[in-house]
Amino acid sequence: MIKIENLYKSFDGNEVFRGISLEIMKGEVLALIGRSGCGKSVLLKHVAGLMKPEKGRVVVDGREMDRAKGRSLTALRDRLGFLFQGGALFDSMNVFENVAFPLKEKTKLSDKRIQTRVLEELENVGLSGSEYKYPSQISGGMVKRAALARALVGDPEIMLFDEPTTGLDPVTGHAIIELIDSCHRRLHFTGIIVTHEISKVFGIVDRVAMLHEGVVWAEGTPSEFSSSKDSVVRAFVGDSGSGEGRFKGGMHEKI
Amino acid sequence: MGLFLVKAVLFMVIPPLKFNRFLKQVRFIGLQSVVLIFLTGGFTGMVLGFQGFYSLSKFGSDAFLGPMVGLALIKELGPVLAALMVTGRAGSAITAEIGIMRMSEQIDALELMGLNPYRYLVVPNLLAAMICLPLLTAIFDVVGIFGGYLIGGKLLGVGAGTYFGEMANYVEMQDVMEGFYKSLSFGVIIVWVCCFKGYYAGIFTGFGSEGVSKATTQAVVLSSVLILVWDYFMTSILF
Ligand SMILES: Nc1ncnc2c1ncn2[C@@H]1O[C@H](COP(=O)(O)OP(=O)(O)O)[C@@H](O)[C@H]1O
Ligand SMILES: [Mg+2]
Repeated sequence: MIKIENLYKSFDGNEVFRGISLEIMKGEVLALIGRSGCGKSVLLKHVAGLMKPEKGRVVVDGREMDRAKGRSLTALRDRLGFLFQGGALFDSMNVFENVAFPLKEKTKLSDKRIQTRVLEELENVGLSGSEYKYPSQISGGMVKRAALARALVGDPEIMLFDEPTTGLDPVTGHAIIELIDSCHRRLHFTGIIVTHEISKVFGIVDRVAMLHEGVVWAEGTPSEFSSSKDSVVRAFVGDSGSGEGRFKGGMHEKI
Repeated sequence: MGLFLVKAVLFMVIPPLKFNRFLKQVRFIGLQSVVLIFLTGGFTGMVLGFQGFYSLSKFGSDAFLGPMVGLALIKELGPVLAALMVTGRAGSAITAEIGIMRMSEQIDALELMGLNPYRYLVVPNLLAAMICLPLLTAIFDVVGIFGGYLIGGKLLGVGAGTYFGEMANYVEMQDVMEGFYKSLSFGVIIVWVCCFKGYYAGIFTGFGSEGVSKATTQAVVLSSVLILVWDYFMTSILF
């Protein structure tokens, strides 16, 4: 479904990717781990076509995302949902308007149909009752839920999650992971979850890939990762309890 | 940066226009600047009244106070000062708003939905500024001219007939048009610079809230400088 081939990318001299290759099957969920600043968000943005690679290809469902333009790019993106790190809700709109926005702007559904659809999606993520609050008035966990509702409202086949739990307390973080899991079982999307908190997602993903020094350093099932002998992987996964503390961060880069 | 302007103009002339956002920006750039323009216009006119009167009366030609104040305001001070005020008030806010949208990935989110960020963020501002700047300049001019009369006429004794009559004799349509073209182009400059700086905040200025504040400062400085430079060119071309 998603195929990344030999990807290279650098930002004025800073080589972020030096040949990334990764494949994700239809319906599969992959956890993408790695230290903060190693390019996880950048990789997701390449998959979504928001950034262009210098070398290599990103193929989504047989079509090259990096070459797509105009209408074909829009068509590809219509099948894609993205949960941004900070939620990226539009500040000027309330929760309801945020979730309704993609439907209003892109479909010809009647207002009534949109309303039913949005309320249904908000109920799925547990946000009934907060429809008319603004992003600045709700907690971080609620922002993530609202953003998830907005990403899911177009019935995407592919979902990209950028650090869905970072910055949340453990209980809320766990609730978000459960929510992602239940959405996956309901909608069967293909997914990539970027995360620092390995222990939380290992239960719900099929495979794990670790980015390190611009390449996919290790790849395998969660249990293969847990029993890995590689020192880089061990440092990350080994004692995931303290690993969280050591690799926390990523919040400072973006607001 | 040139490409940015070309794209903005392109998406301005190709429908659809996001009308609600356009109205919102007209309100923000135009309506909410009126009080400021009243104040600055009034005081500018009053200062001109004083200075003009004392300078002119040295040559015994204080009857020409009206034309002097009128021409100075209509051709130069009105468009330039109104544009500088709008830069400080609305331009900085535009940069900050778009910059924060860039940092918090709201622009990426728009793009991901297959929606054109220019249409939502740049075009409404551009159109609003092109309409509001000439109007604000007109308000600035009129208030300034009355401010000049208040000082020159009421306080220092130039007659109303002399003040306004001579002004009508000397101010020509060409002068008014010069002011109009200037204010229109200043509107474009403000939105172009301020949107551009916000849109690419982070790339040139570093990420985080510091990036936004830097972008805002740069936008205000660059836009103000460009306004004055462009004013010089327009003045030298139109004469
Ligand atoms: N738009 C950009 N311009 C320049 N550098 C960038 C940009 N986006 C990301 N980077 C750099 O790329 C690297 C990877 O960033 P990112 O993908 O956000 O890391 P993370 O793995 O924590 O999500 C960082 O060093 C960051 O500074
Ligand atoms: Mg990141």
